[in-house]
Amino acid sequence: MTDVLPIAGRKPLLEVRNLTTEFPLRTGVFRAVKDLSFSIEAGKTLCVVGESGSGKSVTARSILQIVDAPGRIAAGSILLNEPGGSSIDLAKLDPRGRAIRAVRGRDIAMIFQEPMSSLSPVHTVGDQITEALRLHMSMTKAQARAEAISLLRQVEIPDPEKAIDRYAFQYSGGMRQRAMIAMALACKPKLLIADEPTTALDVTTQAEILDLIARLQKATGMAVLFITHDMGVVAQIADDVLVMHHGVAKEYGTAEEIFHAPKDPYTRMLIGSVLKLEQKAEIRLARPPLDAKAAPILEIRDLSMQFGELKALDQVSISLLPGETLGIVGESGSGKTTMGRSVMRLYDPTAGEMLYRRSDGTVVDLARISGRDLKSARRELRMVFQDPFGSLNPRMTVAQVIGEPLLVNGIAKGKELEERVCHLMEQVGLDPAGRERYPHAFSGGQRQRIGIARAITLNPRIIVADEATSALDVSVRFQVLDLLMRLQDELGLAYIFISHDIGVIRYMCDRVGVMYRGRLVEVGDAEKVCNQPDHPYTQALLSAIPRPDPRDRDRSRRFRYIEPTLKNESVVR
Amino acid sequence: MTDIAVTNVQPDRAAVASQWQLIWWAFRRHRLAMVALVVTVAMYVVALVPGFFAINDPTLQNARATFHPPQGLHLIDTSDGFSIGLHYYPLKLTRDPDTLAAIYKEDTSQKMPVVLFGRGYEYSVLGLFRTNIHLFASADKSRPLFLFGADRLGRDVYSRVVQGAQISLSIGLVGVFISLLLGIVLGGISGYYGGRIDFVMQRVIDFVLSLPTIPIWLALAAALPQGWPATLQYMMITIILSFTGWAQLARVVRGRFLSLRTEEFVAAARLDGVSEGRIIFRHMLPSFSSHIIASVTLAVPAMILAETSLSFLGLGLQPPTISWGVLLREAQNIRSIATAPWLFMPGAAVVIAVMALNLLGDGLRDAADPYNK
Amino acid sequence: MLKFIVKRLLWMIPSLFAVSFLSFVLIQLPPGDYVTTYIATLAASNEIVDQNTAAQLRERFGLDDPMLVQYFKWIWGILTRGDFGISFEWQQPVSGLIWERMALTLLLAVASLLATWAIALPIGVFSAVRKYSIGDYFFTAFTFFGLSVPSFLLALVLMYVAAVEFGQDVGGLFSSEFETAPWSIAKMLDLLTHLWLPVAILAVSSTASLIRVMRANMLDELPKPYVTTARAKGLSEFRLLTKYPMRIALNPFISTIAWLLPNLISGSVVVAIVLNLPTAAPLLLQSLMAQDMYLAGAFVLLICALTLIGSLISDILLALIDPRIRLE
Repeated sequence: MTDVLPIAGRKPLLEVRNLTTEFPLRTGVFRAVKDLSFSIEAGKTLCVVGESGSGKSVTARSILQIVDAPGRIAAGSILLNEPGGSSIDLAKLDPRGRAIRAVRGRDIAMIFQEPMSSLSPVHTVGDQITEALRLHMSMTKAQARAEAISLLRQVEIPDPEKAIDRYAFQYSGGMRQRAMIAMALACKPKLLIADEPTTALDVTTQAEILDLIARLQKATGMAVLFITHDMGVVAQIADDVLVMHHGVAKEYGTAEEIFHAPKDPYTRMLIGSVLKLEQKAEIRLARPPLDAKAAPILEIRDLSMQFGELKALDQVSISLLPGETLGIVGESGSGKTTMGRSVMRLYDPTAGEMLYRRSDGTVVDLARISGRDLKSARRELRMVFQDPFGSLNPRMTVAQVIGEPLLVNGIAKGKELEERVCHLMEQVGLDPAGRERYPHAFSGGQRQRIGIARAITLNPRIIVADEATSALDVSVRFQVLDLLMRLQDELGLAYIFISHDIGVIRYMCDRVGVMYRGRLVEVGDAEKVCNQPDHPYTQALLSAIPRPDPRDRDRSRRFRYIEPTLKNESVVR
Repeated sequence: MTDIAVTNVQPDRAAVASQWQLIWWAFRRHRLAMVALVVTVAMYVVALVPGFFAINDPTLQNARATFHPPQGLHLIDTSDGFSIGLHYYPLKLTRDPDTLAAIYKEDTSQKMPVVLFGRGYEYSVLGLFRTNIHLFASADKSRPLFLFGADRLGRDVYSRVVQGAQISLSIGLVGVFISLLLGIVLGGISGYYGGRIDFVMQRVIDFVLSLPTIPIWLALAAALPQGWPATLQYMMITIILSFTGWAQLARVVRGRFLSLRTEEFVAAARLDGVSEGRIIFRHMLPSFSSHIIASVTLAVPAMILAETSLSFLGLGLQPPTISWGVLLREAQNIRSIATAPWLFMPGAAVVIAVMALNLLGDGLRDAADPYNK
Repeated sequence: MLKFIVKRLLWMIPSLFAVSFLSFVLIQLPPGDYVTTYIATLAASNEIVDQNTAAQLRERFGLDDPMLVQYFKWIWGILTRGDFGISFEWQQPVSGLIWERMALTLLLAVASLLATWAIALPIGVFSAVRKYSIGDYFFTAFTFFGLSVPSFLLALVLMYVAAVEFGQDVGGLFSSEFETAPWSIAKMLDLLTHLWLPVAILAVSSTASLIRVMRANMLDELPKPYVTTARAKGLSEFRLLTKYPMRIALNPFISTIAWLLPNLISGSVVVAIVLNLPTAAPLLLQSLMAQDMYLAGAFVLLICALTLIGSLISDILLALIDPRIRLE
């Protein structure tokens, strides 16, 4: 994939040829980007898509020569073509020199993934915007300030005259990214490089930021280089797409070609994984329907949880049937994680009851039990955590991690323990030969399997999975989801599956509860909630999800849900 | 984020490496810290059996060797053919005819061999048994070897420095041990329970940390009666030093406890049905023990400096107890050091010991967490 | 912000109270009292004091009251009249003895603090930015050396060098002609010519530790995304460094006053005794030895209060320069 797309007539804005960026390490040289070529035309959007470690971020940073030390461009050229016909090779410039600094921020600007940490915590937003203006446009202080206010207005920050003197930590997540965009656009760059700018944001905020970038692009005619791992986003905004994997280009073409006639198997896998989330999992389609009349295994009634002033859970009532997968979906701050943790009694809920029906038919209220009762209930209710790194003690071997529940509950020890651990590892698709290894020797997906093995050790009846797959790359995500469903069939488990991703919920779950600000706003059949929801919030949420098809880019359907009582206040996130 | 810091070992070895192995691999790369480790171990070996490494009885006074200057050791002798062997030449005492000041001159006519594992004065090994075998001994006891010279009473400075290592180095360890006990108990309570207890404990720790230590120690040390036996004095001084030393360690312990309490693997262990005791000892303690060891290593030199300062000011250990601080009192007088600059030798010992421990602690701290880089 | 300062000021009250009580208990700890020591001293010169005189002395100084009563009498005197009691040894009010010495102590500490900052800040930043360069190794070596040399040893060595090489006595803070002279501009200038040596000695170890703090802070800040943002804006490396990471690394740096000041004052005690400076320390040592309790107590109290005020100032400064605290 070394040939640059032939563009008839005029020169592209930026041409990258045979770029190689490497990091010298003690053990040798690590090539993050290998022999990469692409080009961007003025006014167009190029999406670079790939999973973690694909080198997409390093590519973006190489263009401005701001790769983190000790990274350096080893070969290739990055030609920035001026409208007059002259061009500069950015790769040849001294990374600390005046020439590249004149390009940074003026011709090519950049925004980043974490708007909070990408803005200085001790300087006002205005200070950081005017800086670029004064540097490149030689404006006076007053001119720069006026311009900064107008920029903030352009990115739709309310009350820009006041907002300019605020600090980043006084902004909400979406506002911070808007401020970053205002800063990047300050000098009217010809190219905006956006490095995963919406990954840290909720899906509704993401939709708004994507709209904003598209509108500004149209107004200013700038080109956009958009780095992302999300094929849905790519489908919505890309003119051209570059698919990267392990530092090399797998496929390069127009969005239409990539989505509707992909050639490379890796590209097909990426697209397939998004399309899979458009429907129910095959495993689930093969199952007989659930017995809806069975007595619920867990019944949550008016569960409330208060942290100081904040109502994290507000009278939540929902039930879980035996063998069912109940999805809980919501954006950040909706209380979905609090709910999972309350069920496990990692938090003590402030009010309400959680009635758990044991296998012998007796019912206990999980909210009230303690000591021995809680301990025995926790054998039957288990949890899979979100972070496959933080939830495994790095100082214990895998055998110790998986075997600990058996050991401390006095179920098995010695030889028997070892056999059970081996069996459990096989069950989750891990090679038992690796049981003496420590968690650091495993990849993210493998670690999540270890976490699942630990969860099923005690033959539980319910597993609470809190964002169990959101830290994983798409290619691994399905393996873990399918594993969970296979185990469900084998062990007769009921899941409470917490996620922010409606697609995953649609794929996994029988029923869904939608949470919004601590309340359960809608509960229903997964099929229905994920496709034709009743509640306006769910509808808004669904409308914001980028559809993985470049032919379906109707933005007019999108809207933001505004709580009826708060309609008069300005609710901007 | 959780990449392993150690990358230059075979992946298979790293896969089954426990935390201590990973720490050791990371530490080993720190060359200066390795040197410091060797120096530290050597110093503590000396401190364990100072008598073996000393040459002359450190308490023996010698009127004929007042301010005797240091003597050089020679290895090769060419005066009479060629021979190899450690030897020195005794110094001859003459007096300046005008000022009557002492003048020492090397007398090369008398070659005094140094005997390895020779016999010297009798000393006790850790109070277990007595012996008179020394690493070095001079063949003729009437002409002693003063490697670092002699002090105002003609006592051998080298042997006194070696002997002083025992008290000075151990006082740091004992003091830190007491501080650590207090720090772990108080910091642990504070960090584990949190809430109001934590708040009060934090205020107390902040308060203690904002106190200037030396005036407080001086006041405390002034309260010690003069005539106490050496061991009691020693214990009291360590307790005094711990009086303010615990706060720093308590803060470290508390911080670790607090951050570990929110770790997901601790929550996971709780859900596994692991008892509180096992959570603390099996999950939390191994996670911060390496940090504690590093903090402790960095606290020992501070204690050594403190003891030295106190004893130097005359409010710490008292002669005839021999510690580096007590020895440095001899150097307090500008006239003494002008005639006998070798009285600074205990100071050099302090600097080397403290530097080695600081470097060691620094290397340990860098290697303490092999899971986060 | 105002709330923060008021809250912080209110916290000073129990702290100062605790410090005063601590000082009083400390000086009460030694067995016996001043009269015992006094009798012992007289006995050494073959003078015998009879029981009656001793009892009279005790009564006059109020030494027979329970400790709490003595404490409250003492603290009441300080709070209402600025009266720190009477020095038994000097036979004059403590307040007449301490203030000039305390002022010089404070001057020495503040001068050392400023010197420490002025040296440590640029070196710390340099070491972090040029990590593992020759300069960094040089300064790292210096910091380890500085941390390992007790300040009194450094003072002794410098005194030795001055005496042997230059034949000069470098002790004291004033030339002999100014020692008892009233304050004048000439005396101030003379003070400055003497001050640099103790300041340099004290600054060595505190600079060493502060360089390490600053270097570590900078190393934490340098890889942060906001630095990359600033770089992507086209700022030059120097402007970028001074405006962003250095500015943010300054916050923990400021909070070091809280522990640096106690350290400097502690260090200055030993150095002052060695160099025979007319600060609080030599007199404190003397009064402790003689069990001159009100004098010693006043010194310990004031020195501790000084460091408490130091940590108060550092907290307020921190709140002033860090919007995250200010706007909370």
